[in-house]
Amino acid sequence: MSYSFLQHYWCFIVALLGALLVFLLFVQGANSLARSLGYTEEGRRLVYNSTGRKWELTFTTLVTFGGAFFASYPLFYSTSFGGAYWLWMAILFTFVVQAVSYEFQNKIGNIVGPRTFQFCLTLNGILGPLLLGGAVATFFEGSNFIVAKENLLALPGEAGGGSVVISSWANASHGLDALLNPWVLVLGFAVVFLARVLGILYVMNNVDDEDIRSRGSVRLVGAAVPFVVLFVAYLVHVLTKDGFAYTDEGLIYMEPYKYLHNFIDMWYLSVLLLVGVVLVLFGIGKTIVSKNYIGGIWPAGIGTVLTVLALLLCTAWNHTAYYPSTADLQSSLTMVNSCSSEFTLRTMFYVSLLIPFVLAYIIYAWRAMDSKKLDRKELAESHHTY
Amino acid sequence: MMTFLSAVDWARAQFALTAIFHWLFVPLTLGLGLIMSVIETKYYRSGDAFWRRAAQFWQRLFGINFAMGVATGIILEFEFGTNWSNYSWFVGDIFGAPLAIEGIVAFFMESTFVAVMYFGWEKVSRGFHLASTWLTWIGATISAWWILVANSWMQYPVGCAFNPDTMRHEMVSFWQVAFSPFAVDKFLHTVISAWVIGAVFVVAVSAWYLLKRREAEREMALKSLRIGAIVGLIASVGAAVTGDESAYKVAQVQPMKLAAMEALYDGGNDVSLTGVAWVNPFEQPNYKEEHEAPLRLAVPNGLSLLATRSWHGYVPGVNDILKGYTREDGTREPSAQEKMARGRAAIQALADYRRAKNEGASEDEAAAYKQVLMDNFQYFGYGYIRDESELVPYIPVNFWAFRIMVGLGTLFILFFAYILFLNWKRRPTASGSVYPRWLLVAAIVLLPCAYICSESGWLVAEFGRQPWTIQDMLPVTASVSDIGSSAVATTFWLFLVLFTAMLVVEINIMLKQIKRGMKEVKSEK
Repeated sequence: MSYSFLQHYWCFIVALLGALLVFLLFVQGANSLARSLGYTEEGRRLVYNSTGRKWELTFTTLVTFGGAFFASYPLFYSTSFGGAYWLWMAILFTFVVQAVSYEFQNKIGNIVGPRTFQFCLTLNGILGPLLLGGAVATFFEGSNFIVAKENLLALPGEAGGGSVVISSWANASHGLDALLNPWVLVLGFAVVFLARVLGILYVMNNVDDEDIRSRGSVRLVGAAVPFVVLFVAYLVHVLTKDGFAYTDEGLIYMEPYKYLHNFIDMWYLSVLLLVGVVLVLFGIGKTIVSKNYIGGIWPAGIGTVLTVLALLLCTAWNHTAYYPSTADLQSSLTMVNSCSSEFTLRTMFYVSLLIPFVLAYIIYAWRAMDSKKLDRKELAESHHTY
Repeated sequence: MMTFLSAVDWARAQFALTAIFHWLFVPLTLGLGLIMSVIETKYYRSGDAFWRRAAQFWQRLFGINFAMGVATGIILEFEFGTNWSNYSWFVGDIFGAPLAIEGIVAFFMESTFVAVMYFGWEKVSRGFHLASTWLTWIGATISAWWILVANSWMQYPVGCAFNPDTMRHEMVSFWQVAFSPFAVDKFLHTVISAWVIGAVFVVAVSAWYLLKRREAEREMALKSLRIGAIVGLIASVGAAVTGDESAYKVAQVQPMKLAAMEALYDGGNDVSLTGVAWVNPFEQPNYKEEHEAPLRLAVPNGLSLLATRSWHGYVPGVNDILKGYTREDGTREPSAQEKMARGRAAIQALADYRRAKNEGASEDEAAAYKQVLMDNFQYFGYGYIRDESELVPYIPVNFWAFRIMVGLGTLFILFFAYILFLNWKRRPTASGSVYPRWLLVAAIVLLPCAYICSESGWLVAEFGRQPWTIQDMLPVTASVSDIGSSAVATTFWLFLVLFTAMLVVEINIMLKQIKRGMKEVKSEK
């Protein structure tokens, strides 16, 4: 295993975790629609209890995504989290309030009332995907940061001895400036509507309730149309925009149609993207036209993973700077200049061999748990409900 | 106040706030997780529906607590990046790995099987459910292992080497990092002490039912109390043993922390172990002028024995460490000033090396700078220290937190031992219980004490290593992110309000659930 292979491998693992995270945002999507999808109090409880059994998987994937990024690309971790401070803090805030909302909302002794926590779930359901989508968009659009490793050599008390911090944000907004870029918002809202699409498909599959399923079919159109429009718009934008490339010597430069070139050069990513998009559309389309079809979450979910994986890999592979700096082009982060040492990547490679085992027990456990769909009877009789 | 504190202070305060809140919930997850797994095992083995209901009762309380642990935990991981970006870069090559492994190995196990534990009673077999309950606890314990490996590495950095070309530390031995003796001790002491909290919690809740003479919960309370006391006694004795070993390790690798814990200003041979002394909690003592803290009551030769495993061993005090001292094996520990000078020399050599490389100077010239760097690298972090007083942690916090931890820990041993003694003797009181009323009241009073004890241990571990983020390598002042203090202060207050509100709701829900008791637990179909 060469260092280059390990860099590509870890890029793949991080991108895969990111893609799985976007798929698992169905929890957020369904929560953002719980009121209209559930309609009645009991219906809402069904939605919350359905997503409530999976929320920890989304949460865990987010944490593992962060951990894997930290271990394999520490310079990204330090630059993005320490720089785009407000953006990440806002994301964290919405996930923190979500974490307790399920457990607390309907418990006796909840002094702030169930609506407070339901509001938190809705807030997380909208802002979580929007901000995460916005963060992903910065991989294509760039961010305002500067990396100066020599700062670490500033001695205290000496003339010119200033900040020792190597990564700094070039303006005072600390990440919020990303939301001023309309294309960041386009992808952010595309992810919001994708999460809603997936959330509806998941609830229709997981909850055995005719009212919710029939409402889901209708709501699906309302979520799918804006998603497709925003996604196609962003895809066209990405394929036609200049991208951030680097030479073998590590010099960063702007390349016209870089991402289009990437999809041409890496044809397998194009296939992945195409298959992914077709699967998502198939899952949506068949659910809308077929009254009895409730398995749309599977093709749409797999399609989401493939699509996001292809897009994320397109930002990093093929000599592409995955975290570009618009403040100082040469500060842009690439797979090569921001990764961990070969030893760490190799060690983590062996650890990552556990991932199939982890996936296997997750699938085994949830096949056993979901073999019977959630219904009103179970909600009334269950030992533990939200 | 916002303007008086620097970004470093606020970053430290925010991390401390998050960690303190997080550490309110994690120990109960680890401790109660063990006890409820034992109770469910009894159900699995006996098939008695009583044990099933008892397990479900404790799992309900576990769930309320668990959610808060998850909520506060996510921030901790990301705060390494948001608040300590320089640190994240400087040692991310080493520190990131345990966090990633924690996610892959532990979090997924925990999150998958905790859902089976909550919702799977009617959906999976008894064996599968029992396995899920144990795996939830094992996942939480593995998670503790990896985060404590990461924390231990910061206190005792091993298995790494500095790379001047990348300007960071890089891992050279995964096994040294993952199984450093410091990490093993820290894990054992921390996890075992978490079992104490779980045990005190179970005993306190059970005691309340017995005090209130709640017939519906009487059997569950009596049996749970006994299980809790057995776990509690084993754990509190185990915490004492592992704590002693931890203190010994601290003496070897963080002598300043030990000196602060003991308020030992001037060390020497035959040093006594302080029982109590007057150390003003609100100001740093004048350690340069005072020989020792006033009103000191001490165990002769105790500290020498604890720190060196010899009655007459040499233990350095704060002033010895600042001035430099000679160890018993004849090796000399340099003074703080010498370390600071050598640290600056290392930083300057690194700057010269980088310049020589960038300007295409000869290999020999670059190699010469590199040699200077490596000769002085042991004290690299001291180069960022402005004044030697920065090297002394805040002594009052360390001194009192250590005493509170040890004092309460000893009390728990006596408490659990007495409960089990009464249980063994089976002497009924007037109320029909084997436990006197005062003991049941004491059990409830001791619950907050268990949390105080646990948080005190955390304070000793983290305050005592100041000013270092990574011992001798990187001080907190060189670890921070480039964020204004007002930004960190704002999020500090936001999270303080949020966590406090969540804590109030959580405690209220927990109390109401306890009050409702077994009513909330549905009978087996």
